[in-house]
Amino acid sequence: MSTITAAPATTTARVERREPRPIPFTRLLSVELRKCFDTRAGFWLMASIGIASLLATGAVLLWAPDSELTYSTFATAIGFPMAIILPMVAVLSVTSEWSQRSGLTTFTLVPHRSRAIAAKAGVTVGISVVSMLIAMAIGAVGTVVGSAILGIAPVWDAGFVDLANIVLAQVLGMLVGFMLGVVIRNSSAAIVAYFVYSFALTAITEVLAATQDWFSNLQPWVDFNYAQGALFNGSLNGEQWANLAVTGVVWLVAPMAFGLWSLMRSEVK
Amino acid sequence: MITVDSLTKTYGGFTAVDDVTFTARPGRVTGFLGPNGAGKSTTMRVMVGLTPATSGGVTVCGRQFRDLPNPGLEVGVLLDASAQHAGRTGREILTVAQRTMGLPSSRVDEIIDLVSLTPSEADRRVRNYSLGMRQRLGIATALLGQPEVLILDEPANGLDPAGIRWMRDLLRGYANQGATVLLSSHLLHEIEVIADDLVVIGNGRIVAQGAKSDLLATADTLVRTTDVTALSQALAASGIGFSASAATGSDDALRVEADTDLVGKVALEARIQLRELRPAEGAGLEEMFLELTADTQRETITEGAAA
Repeated sequence: MSTITAAPATTTARVERREPRPIPFTRLLSVELRKCFDTRAGFWLMASIGIASLLATGAVLLWAPDSELTYSTFATAIGFPMAIILPMVAVLSVTSEWSQRSGLTTFTLVPHRSRAIAAKAGVTVGISVVSMLIAMAIGAVGTVVGSAILGIAPVWDAGFVDLANIVLAQVLGMLVGFMLGVVIRNSSAAIVAYFVYSFALTAITEVLAATQDWFSNLQPWVDFNYAQGALFNGSLNGEQWANLAVTGVVWLVAPMAFGLWSLMRSEVK
Repeated sequence: MITVDSLTKTYGGFTAVDDVTFTARPGRVTGFLGPNGAGKSTTMRVMVGLTPATSGGVTVCGRQFRDLPNPGLEVGVLLDASAQHAGRTGREILTVAQRTMGLPSSRVDEIIDLVSLTPSEADRRVRNYSLGMRQRLGIATALLGQPEVLILDEPANGLDPAGIRWMRDLLRGYANQGATVLLSSHLLHEIEVIADDLVVIGNGRIVAQGAKSDLLATADTLVRTTDVTALSQALAASGIGFSASAATGSDDALRVEADTDLVGKVALEARIQLRELRPAEGAGLEEMFLELTADTQRETITEGAAA
């Protein structure tokens, strides 16, 4: 702008712009993964996955009876904190865009909201699988250390199918968190909803099943938490898979579909 | 180029934006004006696809916003400087945007430098930012991809005088290079200084639009005389409207709704001595704004509301 020219002259001198290439989905995945770690809250939530695994392993080593220092004990102990932490990661990855209002930038840079949300879902599932692999590795170290302390051979009493089922259960739990995030789109409300959904509701259905015969027969077909419980108890038979599928459609797939439908049409403020 | 075509947005029974049509052209700064709640921000949110339109639509660079392959490289958007994740650092927010757009990472440092955030400020978390710093960060995000269209809602909000001056020069420079700049503000002075075109909106409807020079032009005459009473009578006798003018700082001036030739002729025929006779300055943007939006203002303004 050193030369003195009228505005129209500089306008015509403007270089023709090239058509930008579309944003590849892999790039969205890497950006969404980064966003899970780049705040203090996010970083410590992710770090707590490893920390909780170590604490659970330590607790088993210290307090579990010697006869139960087996791999499945470690796997179960590590599973508990995971069932809380992983859904929180999923909830926050969606709701922070609304509660923190960063969605204004996210959805102007990626106006096809389905792509941004799909990237979040991909990262969420990826994190739950990787977290469980880390947790299982820590559990394996715990088993080896525990048996070394006792001077016995390590007991590997959880097979591939058992572990795969546990991973599936954790992924489902995380997807429930994701679904609640998509439907509610507010961090605190979605977190409360998750605890109601997976803990308060479980307690209520247990009481109901214990006192009402008709419900205890019906429970496997209507209670998603109950159907998921089978995943932690070894392999499933055909009916149990059917229970899981039916309740999953009602409690996870249908509300997720509704949530996505409304999210695509909602106003981002 | 931004083309808004018969855009309407209703919320239940409330019409926030009512059949709005205008174009923001390349190489020009378009000022988007209106009282609080007139529908400026809603219109801008519809432009970038954050709010669905009830009917009508907007194209940016000739397409719907959602059809832009990588919008950050074509349209720079700042809607609300406070809408950022408070737990991220300024640099991290820019890095996330830079990665989404697929730009080299060096671009983040360049843009931090351009908006005059210091490196240590850039590494602070946004919850510790002042409004002015958030505004600079928001402008940095908008400019990151060197877009040819800028959509900025109240960009001067919270900036210090030097910052406002800097932004004015920056937007002027962008427009001179052929970019389309649309900015809303109720800092009327800012708009008056920078805008080439104006779009004025009130209660969701466009009340005026066009080139600033046309909108603010006037055919009135300013006349000073030693005998205000006699001139008033002569003008009234000729059926010409006038009013007392404080433009000269004394009480010997009238603002007359006629051109200089006619006022001179009336004075000559009535043999009234004049001190000064010249075209009146254009109405200020503020007068025009208040007059045009008088029906839609929250406060009732008696003077200036000619309608």
